[in-house]
Amino acid sequence: MNAAAVECAGIWKFYGDYPALRDISLKVPQGRCLALIGRNGAGKTTLLRILGGFSKAGKGQVSIFGQNPRETGARRRIGFIGHGIAVYDELSALENLRLFARLYQLPDAERTAREWLERTGLERVRDGLVREFSRGMRQRLAVARAFLHGPSVLLLDEPFTALDDRAVAVLQTVLRDALAGGRTVIMSTHQLREAMELATDVALIGRGRIAFHGERTEEMVNDPAWVYSHYGEA
Amino acid sequence: MRFLSQVMTITTKDLRAEMRTKEAINASFSFALVVLLLLSFAFEPTEQTTQEISGGLLWIVFIFAGTLILNRSFARELPNDCLDALIAAPIPGAALFLGKALANFILILAVEFVALPVFGIFYNVRWAQQFWPLLLVLILGTWGLTTIGTVFSALTVNIRLREVMLPLLVYPVMIPLLLGAMRLSTLLVAGQAITGDETVWFRLLIGYDIIFTALSLVLMDTVLLG
Repeated sequence: MNAAAVECAGIWKFYGDYPALRDISLKVPQGRCLALIGRNGAGKTTLLRILGGFSKAGKGQVSIFGQNPRETGARRRIGFIGHGIAVYDELSALENLRLFARLYQLPDAERTAREWLERTGLERVRDGLVREFSRGMRQRLAVARAFLHGPSVLLLDEPFTALDDRAVAVLQTVLRDALAGGRTVIMSTHQLREAMELATDVALIGRGRIAFHGERTEEMVNDPAWVYSHYGEA
Repeated sequence: MRFLSQVMTITTKDLRAEMRTKEAINASFSFALVVLLLLSFAFEPTEQTTQEISGGLLWIVFIFAGTLILNRSFARELPNDCLDALIAAPIPGAALFLGKALANFILILAVEFVALPVFGIFYNVRWAQQFWPLLLVLILGTWGLTTIGTVFSALTVNIRLREVMLPLLVYPVMIPLLLGAMRLSTLLVAGQAITGDETVWFRLLIGYDIIFTALSLVLMDTVLLG
């Protein structure tokens, strides 16, 4: 088995007295795609934010290729798509990607930004302000922003939610390319069909605990709700 | 070199975004001009006592107007969860702080440069007589306001009442800085040179700026992530 790209052990997270995550331990080897599923409020977003270093765990350890996710080296290796698109409405598509390419100190920020605009079908509107973009265009720009520095680990929080067909196609293509290139993907999702097509592993979270974690099987592809029906709460 | 490039990237981004929307700068300009006008009605400009508190009036306008710009500094990152993208990027908190502080500094200074001549007209003071020392006081005072304001802007960014909380937190910490800036400005706008014991206020401003800049650079990562 490959080395663990993402590993967490004994993660607890409290909001006040309420434990949002209870003793979560996961190990995701390099090149795998883990679909993190669970009902609303199960703790998927909280776990992804802790794995990405945006939030601190109350207890437990997280490592990205052996490093703390807050270390600069680990941050270079993480790509994140959260609930927000994390691009600036007041800047153009090209300015947004150039900004993040520079923050990630990519050798040729301009070229990388233009390449990703082309790849996500936004080259034609590169100088348009993001505030004038449709929702689908904004989502594609968010995908470009998350992928442009070539991250080894992709943390995606409900990436297929509210995407139009074209954005879904773009995201599936870049995710397949990323997985073929040995990248590691962890995505939380409610879109079980899309997730099962890409996932190599599945984890079900319920009330802050891992209820199931294992390899994706044919049964799960044929019936995306299979995990819920066998391991989920009534 | 890499650090400076990251700082400039953040500064340019903030200034570009502000120039496109002009949200904070327009509010700050308008606020400064309205307060200067109202204060000129409240205090008789030709009276000796008004001349004696002119530095205080000027800095009250500057910090109130400046707070409007500082409030937007990190609040600008909230739509679309842009703050997450900045936190995720491999840049130190110190670079993020310095980039944002520089952008705020430039915007607040711009407001001050417009407000100062208006103040000169309303209060009948020849502020340009001691232009260079006054410019130094403006730079030192504004940098102090900017460092404290930028850090507290980050600290209050997720608070619902941040527009109220920011001044409540910033103004008390700024008292030493304001004492020096007000005293020096009063003398300089009256055309008097800073000599003898009064130079201690300059040293206070410099010391304040160094201490709070150093503290902000060290603490920014903690402020952002808790």
